[in-house]
Amino acid sequence: MRGALHMIVYALFFYLFAGVCIASAIMVVASRNPVYSVLFLILAFVNASGLFMLMGAEFLAMILVVVYVGAVAVLFLFVVMMLDVDFAELRQGALQYLPIGTLVGIVLLAELLLVVGAWAIAPHVADVIAAPIPPFYSVSNTEALGQVLYTRYVYFFQVAGVILLVAMIGAIVLTLRHKPNIKRQDVSQQVARTKADAIEVVKVKSGQGLS
Amino acid sequence: MSELLLDYLPLVIFIAVAMAIGAALLVVPFLVAYKQPDPEKLSAYECGFNAFDDARMKFDVRFYLVAILFIIFDLEVSFLFPWAVAFGELGLFGFWSMMVFLGVLTVGFIYEWRKGALEWD
Repeated sequence: MRGALHMIVYALFFYLFAGVCIASAIMVVASRNPVYSVLFLILAFVNASGLFMLMGAEFLAMILVVVYVGAVAVLFLFVVMMLDVDFAELRQGALQYLPIGTLVGIVLLAELLLVVGAWAIAPHVADVIAAPIPPFYSVSNTEALGQVLYTRYVYFFQVAGVILLVAMIGAIVLTLRHKPNIKRQDVSQQVARTKADAIEVVKVKSGQGLS
Repeated sequence: MSELLLDYLPLVIFIAVAMAIGAALLVVPFLVAYKQPDPEKLSAYECGFNAFDDARMKFDVRFYLVAILFIIFDLEVSFLFPWAVAFGELGLFGFWSMMVFLGVLTVGFIYEWRKGALEWD
């Protein structure tokens, strides 16, 4: 009885998260104002994080909220606000991107079908690839990740580091522009200034002034 | 696994209560507030003069740079969490793999410091 109730609540939350996620994903595309699009994108991220949670992937759920909602969405908002686009004009040209958007969608759908299809044709394929996920009751999700990420998948981990480095350097190269002729405070120069090179005492003859 | 999810029940209750209060605060003004709008009341308040232009305007790309540098270090720190949790079982190899990762990102950090990306002007 208790188990059945659990399953019902579980399914309820799954459909809640999945439904809101899909609805807000549609709104991302359909919304007229790009700022609203980004806000709906945040809603979609939060619901995807709920889905991760239901699968027991605690760490991924939290990272999704922290990184995607906290940082990437803010970045999107920046870009949207920085573009200074004429929203009405943008809407008019939206249909011309329909073919390429459809193409990308079809490719994604085909990939998803391949994944699900492999599952349906060979249900024991999951045993073959031997997912190294320990059961939830023995170790937490964070620990299970930590046990394999830094040793078994060390190359992927280091590649992630290099990608972050490239992103950092790329962002600096692309956007960093120092304005010329900016006077900066140089504390050591200020402190090293002595009376001798700051003040000059001039004897002025009466009635002549300084030339 | 349902034990794990039961741990998050307080969070669900919290979000439900927050949404209920938020929705109530949004809906109640429509029902009870006294409304008699006129064009002057509805116009943007700008200390006596008309608004010059749209509130949404271009701003400096440097905000974007600060945000993207923040995200990179945010991700770096997020990699540290599983490492710290599983630290006891990782051994020397896991330790040094993280040190190399941090070293690579420290190179980037030194680069951005020397380049002056952390300075505003």
